[in-house]
Amino acid sequence: MIEWLIPQTSTFASDIDNLFLLIVLVVGFWYALTVGMFFWLMIRYRAREGVKAEYITGKEPELKRWITIPHALIILCDVVLVVGAVKVWYDVKQDLPPADAELRVVSQQWAWTFHHEGPDGELGTPDDIVLVDELHIEVGKTYHWHLESLDVLHSFSIPTMRFKQDAIPGRVNTGWFTPTKTGEYDVQCAEMCGIGHGAMGARVFIHTPEDYELWQKIASARLAGR
Amino acid sequence: MSDNHADHGHDDHGHHHEMTFLEKYVIPLDHKYIAKQYLLTGMFMALIGGFFSYAFRMQLAWPGSDIPMFGHMSPAEYNAAITTHGTVMIFWVAMPVLIAAFGNFLIPLMVGADDMAFPRLNRLSYQVFFVSVVLIIASIFVPGGAFGGAWTAYPPLSAEPTYNLTPTGSTLWILAVAVEFAAFLIGGINFIVTAMNARAPGMKWDRVPMVVWMICIASILFMLSVGPLIAGAVMLFFDQVLNTGFYDPTRGGDPILWQHLFWFFGHPEVYVVLLPATGMVAEVITVFSRKKLFGYQLVLFTSIGTGVLSFFVWAHHQFVAGIDPRMANIFTVTTVLISIPIAEMLFLYIATLYKGSITFSTPMLWALGFIFAFLIGGVTGIPLGASGSDIYLHDSYFVLAHFHFTFFPIAFMGTFCGLSFWYPKMFGKMMNDTLGKIHFWLTFLSFHGIFIPLFVLGLAGQHRRIFDFTNYPDLATPDLQSVRIFATCSLLVLLASQSIFLYNFFYNMFFGKDAPANPWNSSTLEWTVPSPPPHGNFGNKFPEVYRGPYEYSVPDRELDYWPQSEPS
Repeated sequence: MIEWLIPQTSTFASDIDNLFLLIVLVVGFWYALTVGMFFWLMIRYRAREGVKAEYITGKEPELKRWITIPHALIILCDVVLVVGAVKVWYDVKQDLPPADAELRVVSQQWAWTFHHEGPDGELGTPDDIVLVDELHIEVGKTYHWHLESLDVLHSFSIPTMRFKQDAIPGRVNTGWFTPTKTGEYDVQCAEMCGIGHGAMGARVFIHTPEDYELWQKIASARLAGR
Repeated sequence: MSDNHADHGHDDHGHHHEMTFLEKYVIPLDHKYIAKQYLLTGMFMALIGGFFSYAFRMQLAWPGSDIPMFGHMSPAEYNAAITTHGTVMIFWVAMPVLIAAFGNFLIPLMVGADDMAFPRLNRLSYQVFFVSVVLIIASIFVPGGAFGGAWTAYPPLSAEPTYNLTPTGSTLWILAVAVEFAAFLIGGINFIVTAMNARAPGMKWDRVPMVVWMICIASILFMLSVGPLIAGAVMLFFDQVLNTGFYDPTRGGDPILWQHLFWFFGHPEVYVVLLPATGMVAEVITVFSRKKLFGYQLVLFTSIGTGVLSFFVWAHHQFVAGIDPRMANIFTVTTVLISIPIAEMLFLYIATLYKGSITFSTPMLWALGFIFAFLIGGVTGIPLGASGSDIYLHDSYFVLAHFHFTFFPIAFMGTFCGLSFWYPKMFGKMMNDTLGKIHFWLTFLSFHGIFIPLFVLGLAGQHRRIFDFTNYPDLATPDLQSVRIFATCSLLVLLASQSIFLYNFFYNMFFGKDAPANPWNSSTLEWTVPSPPPHGNFGNKFPEVYRGPYEYSVPDRELDYWPQSEPS
């Protein structure tokens, strides 16, 4: 459902969209049933001349089961939803697959600084490619990102990848993603961070391996030339 | 039971004493006048909150344009507008109207008491509340502007003037919130004590009207949850003013601490305002379907269950906030669990319609509209409570639309339901039913016109609190912009149609038809006294209660209602 509105660009994007679809189907079924019943009762029992309401306490077993049976079924549905939610959550947030590359993401009022690995393939060395508001990643590679904040809370969000993580000053939060689709997409700050919050966007560029290599070469050369 | 009315301690009741204008309207002790003070203050604050929503929705629909009555909106003003809108609507509209106004008006009348248990404390509660109103309004006009760090006020942004750039505004904001909580603490104890100790003879626990139960449970929830937040607010105030570092990580503090304290209060708070609204809906649907409430005890248990569970769900607001990811699993379970009692409550309400005789009067339309809209609010909460999908939906417009689908039915549909129902009792006049219905349909339809599009925007990846989406190429498409414009136009209809209500409300207060004592043929105690009830409510004799509150359409009785105080 969500993919009709916004493309999926990470491995777990479809998992999250499918979980949402599952919830929509399960909850939607009960919702439709409830609203249908609601409207039927409103129309069927509207006040009519000479028809008196019946005296019903709600303790009658044959009526009460209209509440208790759906109730029990809803608990069953809830178990399904919880299992689905926890499974997706575990895969996205708790279980980090081994990394092909690493990124350092530093947020501050009101910009993103992305530290990419340089040609040496290691983060934290002098050849790191450091860019403001521009993130370059390669399709199919699994990245571990380390998220920091220099001042207030921010939130690192790439909607097309369906992921989001708050940045907290004084902590480094680590997570992962594997991009699956090339292109250029929005990065948004998803936590109120002050006057410039509404303009704290960046762009993520998901490259093919060849393009990525080319970009890395040009960027390192430009960096060395400085 | 409660035969201790005699020691209520205020002896200026009912007789011999002509009250001056000041005593009657400005510093009243009578619960009915204090209720009206809360009500009118809440309505006034709703105008402020509504005005800000108008201003920022105009900015979102037509970014950068000159907004009529506001002018050009800067990012700082946008942030201040959304923050003030949220804060005012929750703390200065929903709370005073639903808990304080209706609690004050209904509890003594419905349990058969002459007034609240502690009338002077009651008056003090409003006066403290009034101070908080002055503070929050002042915070809009101070140099630097109003606080703009969102109504959740997450530090370090809210704690450090160098980050939020509104030194005075944010201090006044946190002060106003803290003072307001103090006011409701004072009021809350009064509601609980009155409902427990001041009930008329024969008003056993299972004969208490549901709305009294629910306001009472809501007050208990509020009093149990607000303590941590007041402590948090004091720490935030100290961080701002005394330069302490409770939330400053560079000095050993922890910004996440505030989130825990805030949401430990913030989630029960949803149910604090929800329960009075559902209580009023219960009264109205029984009266207008001429039916006993389906499963009185079950409804009661679901509201207690919801209340208890609401203390164990707070971290679902923080799934992606950087808490231990394992914790999310526990809070997913509790959050999905809380849907069960609240769904059951709505089922029971719907079941009450079964074999009834339903009249679609204005209060009934609001009650049914509440159930319809709140159901949407409830079901859209599931993908947010489920940790996996919340990763995507957190802080998006989906969240925004979801909680407006809970808060709008609560704060406005619930209030309009209660007001149109008890207006005759409050003011002794009848409201115009046709105008009421026009107001209902315009409000109901335009409300859906605002927030259903916002669900779509949220699913499309649009985040909250962004003043201009043209900064984001993926969000600046003409399609999405036309959705935003549709939502804003619906808001304009919604705001404009409130003038019908204001006219209906104020015109009839002075020129309306006189209301009979019991215009709706209702069974509860407040309808046995004249409209409006005299000072002291029940005269010199307290009513004797013989039966439950919802004895409608009892077989072999000529009348289809049976007043609680009528001897069998």
